[in-house]
Amino acid sequence: MAASSAPIAPVAAPADARRGLMSALTAHSSLRVLEHDLLVFRRGWRSYMMSGLSQPFLYLLSMGIGLGLYVNRNGGAPGGVPYLNYIAPALLVTQAMMAAAFESAWPIMSKIAWEKTYLAALNTPIGATSLLAGDIMWIAFRAVLLSVLFFVVILAFGAVSSPLAVLAIPVAVLTALSFAAPIIAFTATQKTDQSFNMLFRFGITPLFLFSGTFFPIEKLPLFIQPLAWVTPLYHGVSLARGFSLGQVDPVADLIHVAVLAGFVVVGLFVARITFRRRLEL
Amino acid sequence: MLALRLSVPSTLTRPTRMVERNLLVYRRTFMVIFSGFFEPLFYLFSMGFGVGALVGAVQLENGSTVAYAVFVAPALLASSAMNGAIYETSNNFFFKLKYAKLYDAIIATPMSLRDVARGEILWALLRGSLYVVGFLVVIAVLGIAGLGLISSPLGILAFPAAMVVGFAFAGAGMAATTFVRKWQDFDFLQLAIMPMFLFSGTFYPISAYPPALQVFVQCTPLYRGVHLIRALTTGNPDVWIAVDVAYLMAMGLIGLWIVGKRLNKLLLA
Amino acid sequence: MPDETSTTDAVIHARGLKKCFGEFTAVDGVDFDVAPGEAFGFLGPNGAGKTSTMRMIGCVSPVTAGTLTVFGLDPAHDGARIRSRLGVVPQADTLDNELSVLENLLVYGRYFGLPWSESRRRATELLDFVQLTDRAKDQVEPLSGGMKRRLVIARALINEPALLLLDEPTTGLDPQARHLLWDRLYRLKQRGVTLCLTTHYMDEAEQLCDRLVVMDKAKIVAGGSPRQLIEQYVTREVLELRFNRGEGETDDGAHLDGQLDGLADRIEQLPDRLLVYTADGDATAAAAFERGLRPASILVRRSTLEDVFLRLTGRSLVE
Repeated sequence: MAASSAPIAPVAAPADARRGLMSALTAHSSLRVLEHDLLVFRRGWRSYMMSGLSQPFLYLLSMGIGLGLYVNRNGGAPGGVPYLNYIAPALLVTQAMMAAAFESAWPIMSKIAWEKTYLAALNTPIGATSLLAGDIMWIAFRAVLLSVLFFVVILAFGAVSSPLAVLAIPVAVLTALSFAAPIIAFTATQKTDQSFNMLFRFGITPLFLFSGTFFPIEKLPLFIQPLAWVTPLYHGVSLARGFSLGQVDPVADLIHVAVLAGFVVVGLFVARITFRRRLEL
Repeated sequence: MLALRLSVPSTLTRPTRMVERNLLVYRRTFMVIFSGFFEPLFYLFSMGFGVGALVGAVQLENGSTVAYAVFVAPALLASSAMNGAIYETSNNFFFKLKYAKLYDAIIATPMSLRDVARGEILWALLRGSLYVVGFLVVIAVLGIAGLGLISSPLGILAFPAAMVVGFAFAGAGMAATTFVRKWQDFDFLQLAIMPMFLFSGTFYPISAYPPALQVFVQCTPLYRGVHLIRALTTGNPDVWIAVDVAYLMAMGLIGLWIVGKRLNKLLLA
Repeated sequence: MPDETSTTDAVIHARGLKKCFGEFTAVDGVDFDVAPGEAFGFLGPNGAGKTSTMRMIGCVSPVTAGTLTVFGLDPAHDGARIRSRLGVVPQADTLDNELSVLENLLVYGRYFGLPWSESRRRATELLDFVQLTDRAKDQVEPLSGGMKRRLVIARALINEPALLLLDEPTTGLDPQARHLLWDRLYRLKQRGVTLCLTTHYMDEAEQLCDRLVVMDKAKIVAGGSPRQLIEQYVTREVLELRFNRGEGETDDGAHLDGQLDGLADRIEQLPDRLLVYTADGDATAAAAFERGLRPASILVRRSTLEDVFLRLTGRSLVE
């Protein structure tokens, strides 16, 4: 929670006294936004978990175990790692990304334009920044929930090779936020949901398939590889996989974390601008 | 009375009016249709070539071995035909049926509900055929580039075969949708589609399963579609492809029959 | 009431027409005929069975029992042929929101099997007729209620129907939009289109209908021209009297002590006022005043179909 609201406070740059008051109010009222989301969630959490977890679980079975049979017969994943252990941490990160990307698109659009939940909230002392902070926390909360549950599934499959694997959970949450923040910024600029289909077709799905989830990006044509380096998912997957396999490379891992954090910070910064422009005019 | 210049349009041409209506709608959102063409290609490159490099060669049912991409390409074609048909007949059809009340207005004209159902399935197939043709063209181009994914002249039959797969899932999907009451119910549909996509011998031979499970998978529709198209593109047709075609056609026709019954019940009270 | 001589060339002919939904009887054995070129109305409150009757005529709801022919054809067997000569304006706007105003008409023409060129010609003409030409390229969603209803009427005319079915055509519209709509319907009638409509507005029935039947609780309770019905069931004028009553007291007329006896044909007691049916309202008011009655307000008006309905059912039409 602190991680998500901290980058917001410094960009509010009115007079110092007012800033103190505002950030106090922000922290407080964004919690109320989160509280509202949680109340709504109480009704639909089972089906949310089901649809969030069923896809990565089925991929784990099909790819990790079924296809894994053939990959392992052929020498396994790079370094001779069993294929299941290779893709399990990657799926943990991609499921968090998928859920967060979805949550940042249609549901946020609905709150802005369709059900206009935000407009109702703005009639109270809650401001646009609080709404943003509240819903980012909300997305983070669910990313934690899904990731912990999926991690338990992976453990049950015996698909982790190191105690460090538990660090894949915060990595998944950080990756989720590195998508949520920029997508929310984008959502706030959209009049209709038409562009979301494009975002998923040409953004999220290709990332899922080409960011090193199922095979090392070194297998991609040379000219495409740099593309993978600039997307957050590649960094999330590499980081989580390193922890899960117990292969820590401090320099590379720091770069991965820096890229992910960069996406979160810049995303939130832009989102704050687009949110205020959309809601506080 | 006013001139009665109108004759009742023939049963054959009436379903095409639905297609005309949908074409008008999609003229504006052309990109939505066009973009659907890329998804199977993304999977083809990711699975066929990326994962393929890890898998190496795969053994077909008749004992011959082929590159993984050759194995997975026909399966992705079948899955794409399934997904296209399901998408059009689930969410889109449900929206028109329950929210837009589109068909309530149409049945006041000489169009019958049977015309509506046939027209919508025809539309789903036409839309699906775009993707199938696109996919096959890309495969052909890869073939010219030396990455032959189709190893038999029979591969040309993959097009009608994919249409049969599309018909089966369009009919069944539409039938399922007539029982749907709220959007969340589609989660259950996904719960059927997703496992089929992942476990129907799409990404690895079903010989990986214990015998009982193999028999079960062989009874599922996507397995039959994958088997049919793979038999054609790899040049290994056996008698089972007759079973595939019969199974899929029956599935589509039974679906269509249920749709007729259900729409009558829902709209002609 | 049904005119037996017109059954042979009647556009719609119904005898003992019945519609049940499970245990519930929506239409309970009604008889009526609609002659070519006439404007025929079903007047009644919500739930009286008007819409169910209209849906049966429109061949989108199977007849449970009785006889129904439209253009001399049986809806059960010749539904498509009947519908090809029918225009339908449903109660709820069922416009295609994914198409533009013009495209709505074009595509509807195609459903009737019109060639594209002919569909376009008629659509252009009809947009002019309903005064929507300047909105042709717009989306349907942002149109006002009145505009949408006019577009639905234009859509219903794309096949140049011999019979136009209108289910509560002006419900939910503001007065200005209603008058514009009535004007268009009147013009259609002059062109010889047979109109069949349902309404729960008396003024609409009086404006548009040559003949009407009053429906209540699934049955037809009376029929005739608006004038005939008023003459038959009520007096020419009505005197409305309001008295200042204490809180909680209902106007049961007890306080009148028979002071109005002999002055009126009939007296109806409503929760807030008395309706005194009489040939000359002013004279009756003066007489009542002479007898010492001091109402808080007095209104003299001509009788309407509302009064007919009240007389026939003992209830108000619009609750």
